[in-house]
Amino acid sequence: MNKINEVRKPPVATTGIIGWLRINLFFNWTNSLITLFVIYCLYQFIPWILDWTIFSADFKYNYLGEQITNQEMCSRNLDPENGGACWAVIYVRFYQFIYGFYPKVEVWRVNIAYVMLALALLPLLYARLPYRKYFLYFTYIFPVIAYFLLNGGLGFAEVSTNKWGGLLVTLVLGCTGIALAFPIGIMLALGRRSKLPVISMMCTLFIEFIRGVPLITLLFFGMVMLPLFLPEGIDMDGLVRVLVAVTLFQSAYMAEVIRGGLQAIPPGQYEAAKSLGMSYWRMNLLIILPQAIRISIPPIVNTSIGLFKDTTLVIIVGILDLLGIGRGTLADTNWLGLSYEIYFFVSLVFFIFTFGMSRYSLYLEKKLKTGINMGAD
Amino acid sequence: MSEESIISLKNVNKWFGDFHVLQDVNLEVKKKERIVVCGPSGSGKSTMIRCINRLEEHQEGSIVVDGIELTGNLKNIDNVRKEVGMVFQQFNLFPHLSVKENITLAPIWVKKMPKAEAEELAMRQLEIVKIPEQANKYPGQLSGGQQQRVAIARSLAMNPNIMLFDEPTSALDPEMIKEVLDVMVDLANGGMTMIVVTHEMGFAKTVADRMVFMDEGKIVEEASPDKFFNNPESDRTKLFLSQILHQ
Repeated sequence: MNKINEVRKPPVATTGIIGWLRINLFFNWTNSLITLFVIYCLYQFIPWILDWTIFSADFKYNYLGEQITNQEMCSRNLDPENGGACWAVIYVRFYQFIYGFYPKVEVWRVNIAYVMLALALLPLLYARLPYRKYFLYFTYIFPVIAYFLLNGGLGFAEVSTNKWGGLLVTLVLGCTGIALAFPIGIMLALGRRSKLPVISMMCTLFIEFIRGVPLITLLFFGMVMLPLFLPEGIDMDGLVRVLVAVTLFQSAYMAEVIRGGLQAIPPGQYEAAKSLGMSYWRMNLLIILPQAIRISIPPIVNTSIGLFKDTTLVIIVGILDLLGIGRGTLADTNWLGLSYEIYFFVSLVFFIFTFGMSRYSLYLEKKLKTGINMGAD
Repeated sequence: MSEESIISLKNVNKWFGDFHVLQDVNLEVKKKERIVVCGPSGSGKSTMIRCINRLEEHQEGSIVVDGIELTGNLKNIDNVRKEVGMVFQQFNLFPHLSVKENITLAPIWVKKMPKAEAEELAMRQLEIVKIPEQANKYPGQLSGGQQQRVAIARSLAMNPNIMLFDEPTSALDPEMIKEVLDVMVDLANGGMTMIVVTHEMGFAKTVADRMVFMDEGKIVEEASPDKFFNNPESDRTKLFLSQILHQ
């Protein structure tokens, strides 16, 4: 009977790699059949896509060794049997994809802004960053710096926003929209749940109106109607008008997402905060919102990713973002017919950013969950 | 009006929709008095004590706490809440904050206490409720009894004159009830004014100065524990006691 104290290990066949394979891939004969079929498909697809994108692709020179300057010189157009993707179009137009039509002499300013954006994101991404507090201060003032850096003023030459384009516009719209919509969304969500009927009604009306209208309509609205509401003599920049529309759109969605989080907070939390003598704002800032936002991280990131992709719609009001530059390039007779390459590249850039955002949300969820059991309050 | 009353409810009426939950409730509580409120569920006992710190609004009558009348005046409500601590059935600790942060939050933000001082205070309160070693854990990592003791410590940190307990042991496993009641007995012996809604009759017998029995929104009987348990006047009280003592 002494054996009872020995630690029994699980049967070999259910753990380790073999156990995993058995349970997940070859559990029974249908399961095995599906596994084999998927392996066959991957076997067919992976070599082909690697060959097309890398091994047979042209990057700067075609297979004859000439530098590619138009689509006729691409290997796949010269010899359809041998050629892969013709990335030369990206190489030649790279400047436009990244900066739009920003003057070349001033482009260092955009580069600095990109580097600063990365620096500003750093303290948000790494909680354990040394001197995080000072980095955070930088994050707060970064938008102001970026405005003067990109737009001009304070000794910098002015660069009109109609010269901006490509990734620059995508990032400006995406980052500003997400960053501004978050606080506005919180205010709208609190407002909609307010006990004061006027505030609650105004917020509800705003949210429902903005949510009920397609983003494209709002963009047209921003372009055409916004100037009518402004006092005479004030001319609003085209990009700013679009930004206003995008921010309003995003804040309505953000408000609903955060309202969902607010509704999940048990009434006891409000009562406990009140019984400790907290005012409405303290209660919300210290007790309710931290919990509500934590619950809402997945949908917040979801709508943010949605907005980042929706910024491509600005093309219809004549602003050329990353996709807009791509479509412009396609319309160029020099690069006619290279839609695979261009859309592949644009998709890849979007994917890198959105995948990064999604990974970040997983990291946040994991980090904020430690030691907290929301169910056992 | 009695001069020494710290809490005074006069003809208080309240409705939830059409349901008349408090009917002409009158209650005077003196300083340092310990009141135990009992009664069947739905009798309005929780609602009554929640009216005392204005978590619920009464619609008729007057409630005066420590000389401040509870009306729609927000300033008065804030002042009353600073005087009155409350402990809930469901603990209602803040799950995103550690035990220590739960306790220091209100002193720091409501009383503007410096952080170091507030943390010292928190540790002192945790000593009183006998769980100083849990200071850096999160509520989700504690047992129910420990959580409720933290909730008591959190209320005490605001240095209230009055403590309200709304069925503090009803959500606890039986073996944890005693640790919470012990803390409450200590508190009572220390001279705190307390109103406790509970079905713990043992606690009521040892601690209460006065028993209040409520049914259907009315105070049916008010008596000393001795009289209440041995010689109650109303039949409703007798029935209730026979049920609760023979369960």
